Amino acid sequence: MKYHYYPGCSLEGTAREYDLSTRSLLAALDVQLADIEGWTCCGASAAEATSALLALALPARNLALAERRGDSMDVLVPCSACYLNLRTVAEKMRSNAPLAAQINSVLGAEQLHLDGRLRVRHLLDVLATDVGPAAIRTRVVQPLEGLRIAPYYGCQCLRPFVDFDDPEMPISMEPLIRATGAEVFPWRMGGRCCGASHMSTQREVGTVLVAGILEAAHGADAIATVCPMCQMNLEAIQGAAGRAAGKDLHINMLYLPQLIGLSMGLDAAGLGVQLNLAFDGALKRRITAAA
Amino acid sequence: MSVSTGHPQKSASPQAHDDLESVREMVQSCIQCGTCTGSCPNAFAMDLTPRHLWRLVLLDRHEAVFQSRTFMLCSACYFCTLRCPRGLPLTEAMHALKQTASREKLERYRPVTAFYRRFIESVRRHGRVNELEFMTYYFAEMKNPMLPLRYSGLGLRLVAKGKLPLRWPARPTRPLEALFRKVAELEEAT
Repeated sequence: MKYHYYPGCSLEGTAREYDLSTRSLLAALDVQLADIEGWTCCGASAAEATSALLALALPARNLALAERRGDSMDVLVPCSACYLNLRTVAEKMRSNAPLAAQINSVLGAEQLHLDGRLRVRHLLDVLATDVGPAAIRTRVVQPLEGLRIAPYYGCQCLRPFVDFDDPEMPISMEPLIRATGAEVFPWRMGGRCCGASHMSTQREVGTVLVAGILEAAHGADAIATVCPMCQMNLEAIQGAAGRAAGKDLHINMLYLPQLIGLSMGLDAAGLGVQLNLAFDGALKRRITAAA
Repeated sequence: MSVSTGHPQKSASPQAHDDLESVREMVQSCIQCGTCTGSCPNAFAMDLTPRHLWRLVLLDRHEAVFQSRTFMLCSACYFCTLRCPRGLPLTEAMHALKQTASREKLERYRPVTAFYRRFIESVRRHGRVNELEFMTYYFAEMKNPMLPLRYSGLGLRLVAKGKLPLRWPARPTRPLEALFRKVAELEEAT
């Protein structure tokens, strides 16, 4: 298995552990990644709030760079916001010829061209569909027995494109969590919104959404995520959200590839767990003691 | 707020009025069922429900639309787009309203639009976003001495983890300059 890899800005900085753990886990599962050379920002949530054409041109450039290599590998994206931006362009290229022409007119200024023939895939889709829980189960050396993990999907890997899961009641993470030996914490918040960039621009509103999710996770040992923005929102303001709600809302937060990687006995530092803002020593000891 | 029909309020800016027209096209076949409102995780904080906002768009109530904070509170969860029985691109319509507020530099939305604008300017300079740089420019524009405090707690934790380098970026290489210029050129032509 081999994919084009688009890390995106977050995975170079505030979500470095998501990049580390994705690369480390996929290498251990014999999945090869070809980084898109010269990739640039996909526009994040900022371009769509600024200019409709720019919001398409920025991700289109990255897909064009991947296409230029001339192969037919899928483009793998771990960040849900990047995934949605790239996925949206792929869709517009297929369904809207005048817009596709306009996008190519922009790319022409950089001597680039986009056909739109590559599939854009979220990391969760690749893990759940292409790799599969069976391949993971055979590699588990430290079963996470007794741990209850709340799967948190967020929005943009599920909606509006229904590529690999139920957009209302997602389940694709559950077999992967069970493959690690852990239990799935039953809850209904997996596909609810964390407030996305509200945390930066309208925090009082974002805090309400985050508090609702953290509160519902009470009783789980950790929440597993597949998006840097979700992870950051849910780990960064646990103290403040708890004070506002009058409850202790602290809970461990791990990226899904970190969780799976730990169960496979991959080096914890290589999975970047020391970079997490909400992963306490007690849980780490409990996981490594299971070996 | 009354939504009774009245004379369409024309905008002072012809560009902004055109934008409302494009949004109106997106929500033209809205049946006012309110599924969007019932699906919106941010509705609790909105001054107008999403359903109400679409009604005002259809009535061309430009002023009322751009006095509301509703569209700025869209967090792009896509529940309304997914569930709309008419299949309308409602999240995209919210984005179009944000774009107008940004382009017209409407003062009441500036705390949000300036954040996104400074973000994009950093991308234009370096190809990838530089948080330290764009937040510095954002704070400078907002001229609110209390604002940086809201971010400082998290900022320091990220710095401590080595995830937010306190290094001013090197000279801009502007790898996306041709792309940005072409986008501006095409947008001006339409």
